[in-house]
Amino acid sequence: MQKTMTNKEYQSYVEKMTPNSKTGRNVLRAFLVGGLICVVGQFISNVLKMKGYGQEQVSSIVSLIMIFLGALLTGLNIYDDLGRYAGAGSIVPITGFANSIVSPAMEFKSEGYVMGVGARMFVIAGPVLVYGISTSIVAGIIYFLLKQ
Amino acid sequence: MASKRLGKQTVKLQNPPSITSTASIVGPKEGKGPLRLFFDNIIEDEMWGEKSWEKAESKLIRETFSKILQKAGKTSQEINYVISGDLLNQCIAANFGLRESDVPFFGVYGACSTIAESMSIGAMLVDGGFADDVVCITSSHFCSAEKQFRYPLELGTQRPPAAQWTVTGSGGVLLSGKGPGPYITHITTGKIVDMGIKDANNMGAAMAPAAVDTIVTHFKDTGFTPESYDLILTGDLGAIGKEICIELVKEQGFNIANIYNDCGVMIFDREKQDTHAGGSGCGCAATVFAGFVYKKLMDGTLKNVLFIATGALLSPVSTQQGESIPSIAHAISITTSLNQ
Repeated sequence: MQKTMTNKEYQSYVEKMTPNSKTGRNVLRAFLVGGLICVVGQFISNVLKMKGYGQEQVSSIVSLIMIFLGALLTGLNIYDDLGRYAGAGSIVPITGFANSIVSPAMEFKSEGYVMGVGARMFVIAGPVLVYGISTSIVAGIIYFLLKQ
Repeated sequence: MASKRLGKQTVKLQNPPSITSTASIVGPKEGKGPLRLFFDNIIEDEMWGEKSWEKAESKLIRETFSKILQKAGKTSQEINYVISGDLLNQCIAANFGLRESDVPFFGVYGACSTIAESMSIGAMLVDGGFADDVVCITSSHFCSAEKQFRYPLELGTQRPPAAQWTVTGSGGVLLSGKGPGPYITHITTGKIVDMGIKDANNMGAAMAPAAVDTIVTHFKDTGFTPESYDLILTGDLGAIGKEICIELVKEQGFNIANIYNDCGVMIFDREKQDTHAGGSGCGCAATVFAGFVYKKLMDGTLKNVLFIATGALLSPVSTQQGESIPSIAHAISITTSLNQ
């Protein structure tokens, strides 16, 4: 273009022209929905404890139920609307992790069960798993060495 | 210099082709937008009876092609060329949608500028005496585009305010050597412009400099001014790109604010339909032109239109590799009367 500004000037001009996300509103929504998801988890946890399950069992069962709910709501086309409203509030809890695996599985079903669902299922959750597991191994080694 | 060239990037057609027929088919969301009354057909759901979104998008192209012919009273045997492209990898919507058309085919890719690119080439083919009738057609589909360029549909994410919503729809035109108009008189072919914007969620800002470049070059090449037109329409700059475009064109001495609009801004009600900065995609400029603009040209509300479809020439790979977004804009000057 007949340049009236350099690329740098244009980029800062664009930054000025582009509205920011409504952080205050997003944080509030994330807090409310994220909190609500945690309350549901806590409720299930309390019920299980009342039924006499031990702490370790309760932790596993609550995770399983929350993952199931996340997957179910994804399949019912509800979780994406929830995510649009709540942002990090529905991404951070374990239900969001289920959503990140089920949504590509649904999306790539048209490419078949092997190259579609199978290969693409972890396209979003994959990095979380790789670096999550790697970090836990590093943390484990450090813990092991410190204990010596 | 070749006799039909004008200035740096423009050609003046000596036998201006007529746009003799158009058709537009859009998705359900577009069918609830402000321009819903101008489209030929609104599909009820995004799959449209097909097994995948890609197949549905091919069907959009196929049905739009038939509709163009049907409205013009022509058969596919009378069409010399069809020029088409879309957003999907290897342009499968166009290639598969037109594989049964039995018409010589040029596949083109200009991202969201594809409709203006194909109309430019089509108009030159007709003007050059290489064809009597050429169909130019493009499509985009929200779901197939999201799948290829962004995230799975059911993933719960938030979009930033600058993000745009890919239009589900297909629009196309029939260009004929003989016809009563509206006529394509000038074509200004855009250059690739890259001002270093890297944010794939702010494509309006990435494409605006390309649109500005083409608009200003068009004025300089042809000697036209904003007063020569009653509508200057860009393809899919969206709300942010639109503001940038007006300001930067003004900086170069042309005030287009009163007669300028953008298809991406027009096609959705941004507030009610939650489309952030507006519509985008090949189908955006194509359906707004084939639906709204053509009908306004035919009923005489519009007489002189400068149509500039804009394209962001990125790919998911280039974005992941941290590249900026090269952009392009192709302009077509359209008039209802040749005696001016």
